[in-house]
Amino acid sequence: MSEETTTTAPRIWVFIEQEEGKPHPVSWELLGAAGQLAADLDGVVEGVLLGHQVGDIPSEAFLYGAKRVYVIDDPVLEIYRNLPYAVGVSKLVKQYTPEIFLVGATTLGRDLASSIATRVKTGLTADSTELAIDPQKKILAATRPTFGGNLMATILCRKHRPQMATVRPRVLTMPEPLASAEGEVIHESLDMTEEEVPVKQVRFIPGEEKFNIEYADVIVAGGKGVGGPDGFKLLEELANALGGVVGASRPVIDAGWVGIDHQVGQTGKTVRPKLYIAAGISGAVQHTVGMNGSDFIVAINSDPNAPIFQMADVSIVGDLYEVIPEMIKQVKGGQHAE
Amino acid sequence: MHAVVAIKQVPDTSNVRINPETGTLIREGVPVVINPYDIHAVEMAVRLKEQFGGKVTVITMGPPKAAESLVECVEQGVDRAILVSDRKFGAADTLATSYVLARTIEAILEEEQVDLLLFGKQAIDGDTAQVGPGVATRLEVPLISYATVVESFDPVARTAVIHRKIEQGVEVVETRLPALLTVEKEIAPVKRAPLANLINAASYKPEFWTAETPVQFDPTQIGIKGSPTIVGKAGTPPPREAGEVVTVAEKGLQETTAHVLSLIKQAGVLPGQRPSGGTQ
Repeated sequence: MSEETTTTAPRIWVFIEQEEGKPHPVSWELLGAAGQLAADLDGVVEGVLLGHQVGDIPSEAFLYGAKRVYVIDDPVLEIYRNLPYAVGVSKLVKQYTPEIFLVGATTLGRDLASSIATRVKTGLTADSTELAIDPQKKILAATRPTFGGNLMATILCRKHRPQMATVRPRVLTMPEPLASAEGEVIHESLDMTEEEVPVKQVRFIPGEEKFNIEYADVIVAGGKGVGGPDGFKLLEELANALGGVVGASRPVIDAGWVGIDHQVGQTGKTVRPKLYIAAGISGAVQHTVGMNGSDFIVAINSDPNAPIFQMADVSIVGDLYEVIPEMIKQVKGGQHAE
Repeated sequence: MHAVVAIKQVPDTSNVRINPETGTLIREGVPVVINPYDIHAVEMAVRLKEQFGGKVTVITMGPPKAAESLVECVEQGVDRAILVSDRKFGAADTLATSYVLARTIEAILEEEQVDLLLFGKQAIDGDTAQVGPGVATRLEVPLISYATVVESFDPVARTAVIHRKIEQGVEVVETRLPALLTVEKEIAPVKRAPLANLINAASYKPEFWTAETPVQFDPTQIGIKGSPTIVGKAGTPPPREAGEVVTVAEKGLQETTAHVLSLIKQAGVLPGQRPSGGTQ
C-alpha cells in the first residue's frame, strides 16, 4: 500500500453527505470542527464520500480543510440506502482505522452512523453540540443535550475506535473556504451488487414547502401564545417583510397550526439565524435548545415572567397582536429597515 | 403475521427538573410513561394483527417497574410481553442496549417466525435514535427509519411498501420482510382500547427474563462492560445573558417597536446589512 495508509498521524474523519451530487453544508461545518480537533491531536483531516458520479465534491472538501478524501463511487450508491452505505463506510473504517469520525445528524446521517457504530462496535454520541479534545486523556469529549434538553452530558469513548459523534446542521459555525487547496483522492470499491440490497425506492414525493429553516438568516417564530393558525399569517407577514421564514415551538406543531417543517427545538430543527423573533413562546428548554445559538433574540410575551426573557437580547412585554402589526408597519414604512 | 415491538419506559421529560447545585436529575415524583413514539409502534402492530390475524409481542429492557408499561401495551392489544431486566444490564449505552434487544429477538425467532420489527424513531429521554438502527444492523434485517405509512404489507410474499419521511420529502420504499421500522407518530393514531383487552390485561403478568435465563446473554456485551461510551460530566446548559426589557404599557406601542427595531438594526442582523459590531 502507499505510504499514506501507514501514516501514524491520527485520522479525523468527516462523512461528506451528498444527495444527487450536491454536498450537504453540514459536511463543511464538520470539516471545520475536525480541523480544530486535528490541531489538538497532531492529526490529519480526511473526508469519506459515497455516491454515484460524485467526482466534483472532493475538490470542494479540500477547500474546507480535508487533506484526503476516500471515495466509493458506485451505481448502487446513487440514492442513499442504509445497507450499502453502512457496508461501504464500515469497510473503509476497518481498513484505515480513523481515531475520530464525525457525521452530520441529518435523517441520513443518524440512520447511517448508528449502523456503522454497530458494525464496527464502537461508541457514538448523538446530536453533539460541542466537540473538544480532553487535554489529559487526548480523547474526544462530545457534549450533548439529554432529557429533553434539561441536561448537558459530556460523553467519552475511552477504548473503542473510532470515537464517533453526530452533530446537527447549524450547531457548528461554517468555516471560510480556502481560495485554493490541493488534496488526495483515494478510490475504493463497494463490493456489493444491487441484488444484495433488500430495499428499493419505488417513488419519491417531494416536500410541499421548499424552504430550509436551518439555514435561514431571519426567523419569526410563534408559540402557544399566538393562539391559533390565523396568528401565524401575521408572523409570516413580518417574516416576509424581514426576508425571513416562520418557525414554531412544539405545542404549535402538535396543535396543527403550522407544518412540522417549521418546528424549532429538541425534537425539531436546530437553527442559528442572525435574528430570531420569538412571539408567544414561553421559553421551555425543549425549544430554546434549538435556537440558543441565534445571534440576536427578540422575545415578545405578555407574561413579564416568561423564561424566554432570561435569554433574549431584547424583550418586549406586550400583546403580540399589537406589537407584530406595528413592527410590520414600521419595517414596511422603511423607518428602520434599509 | 407476527410483529415484535420494542418499547422503552421513560421519565416524562416535560416534567423533568434539575438539581441546580449538583446538575443531576431529580427523579423523585417524576412520572414515567411509555416513550410516545413507541405507543404508535404498538398501535401499528395491533392494526396489522387486526388485518392479517396473528400476534404481537412486545419487549423492553428496563427496571422491574417497566412491567407496568408492558401491561399498558397488553391493554392496547398486544398478546405477549417480555421484560428483560437485570441489574447487570444497568448503565448500558446504545451499543449494549441494541445487543440485549437483538439477542432477545433472536431468541423469539428461534421459537417462531417474525414478519416485522417496530421501534419508535427515538426515545424522548436520550433522543439518540440509535437503538432501532443498531438492532436492525445486528439482526441483518432491512432498516426503514422515520416510517410514516405502511402502504402495503404482504406477509405471504413477505414484502412491504413503506413511506419514510426525510428532509426533502417522503421516500416510498419496497422492502423484504422481516424488516425493522423506526416509526414517527403518524404511522398509526392510537384508538381507545376495547374492553376485552382491558379485562385481559388486568390479569396479565409479563414474562420476566434475566441476564442468564431463559437466554444466556454475553456478559462482556451487557451493562457497563458492553458500553463503549461513558458520561464524563453532566450539568445544566450554559445560560445566555438577558438583555433589555421594554414594556409596551410603559413606553407605548409605537415607541417600544421603534426602539426594538433600532436595536435590531444596531446589531447588524438584518439581511443585506453589514454587522456594525457588537454581537458577532
